Amino acid sequence: MDWHMSMADANKDLETISQSDKQKKAQRSRSVALGIALALFVLLVYIGTWAKLGANVLIRPM
Amino acid sequence: MALVEQNRNGENAARLSEARASDYIALLKPRVMSLVVFTGFVGLLVAPGHMNPVLAVIAILCIAVGAGASGALNMWYDADIDAVMKRTRNRPIPAGVVSREEVLVFGLVLSVFSVMTLGLFVNWLSGALLAFTIFFYVVIYTMWLKRSTPQNIVIGGAAGAFPPMIGWTAATGMVSWESVVLFLIIFLWTPPHFWALSLFTTNDYAAARIPMMPNVRGEASTRLQILVYTLIVAPVGVLPWVMGFAGPVYGVVSTALGLAFVAHAWQLWRAPSAEAALKRAKALFGFSLLYLFGLFAVLFCETLAQRAWTWIGI
Repeated sequence: MDWHMSMADANKDLETISQSDKQKKAQRSRSVALGIALALFVLLVYIGTWAKLGANVLIRPM
Repeated sequence: MALVEQNRNGENAARLSEARASDYIALLKPRVMSLVVFTGFVGLLVAPGHMNPVLAVIAILCIAVGAGASGALNMWYDADIDAVMKRTRNRPIPAGVVSREEVLVFGLVLSVFSVMTLGLFVNWLSGALLAFTIFFYVVIYTMWLKRSTPQNIVIGGAAGAFPPMIGWTAATGMVSWESVVLFLIIFLWTPPHFWALSLFTTNDYAAARIPMMPNVRGEASTRLQILVYTLIVAPVGVLPWVMGFAGPVYGVVSTALGLAFVAHAWQLWRAPSAEAALKRAKALFGFSLLYLFGLFAVLFCETLAQRAWTWIGI
């Protein structure tokens, strides 16, 4: 019980950062762009591998 | 998790980033990138042989991202200069939207990804050429030449001239004389293009202490050198037709554009007053863009038409 109380007191003293609306919008814009970029890169690697190797992509030494 | 930046004023307080995705796109210099993509694509298309269209798209994408990475790294290093010049003071770093550290990491990550992807999916020669182009633009031009010699854009222009060669190499796996000619066209076009620009932005460059030709050698000398370079680039621009990898339409158009380019440079050199020189420098700058775009556009259309005729059996 005492331990929980001391943690709550400690959290009260923590210096926290709160985002403004502009900062939230900017963060969302960056997150969406990064998500799209990563998805496109995965797609590019997938399609590129098929284009480069063709049916050979299935041939693997066992 | 919020992206926290150090305060630009050197204070210990941190601030949350307000950079939007569009600010990161601005770091890639999209307008420069569009010219790079276009010339790179023409190099790839004109090259002999057949290339898988998916791999061709990947090659162009890598060239575009590599060019964007160079632009970002250029803005990282030149943030102090950009803050002084009117033309560049609204770029993301001097505007205080993105920190230099973020831009450095952004540029380096894109550089590595573009080179590795091009090497793995297309061929390592074009990957190596792209890596060299990024290195040349960032280290040789931005860090070394730009602030130390009025010949900065003469040598540094090589970085902008590599994309068609990379496109050619992506398609053929080798560097040939034809790709060297495409390289030379852009390389020799760069000095008159940028010196014309610097003639009407002299004060901006002087304020940023960049030794551009008009600041160091004077406007008269710059105008003469512009004329000399146009006299060289005009015949080189016709070489693709002479060497046989462009058709007669290109031959006619490149000759006409070359003569017009020389005529513009001649008029600038013979300008009777400072006001007339300013006006003619602006005209030459505009025409230089038309010249390069025209050459590569005709090369592109003519090659496409030839391929289409071959395909339908005419």
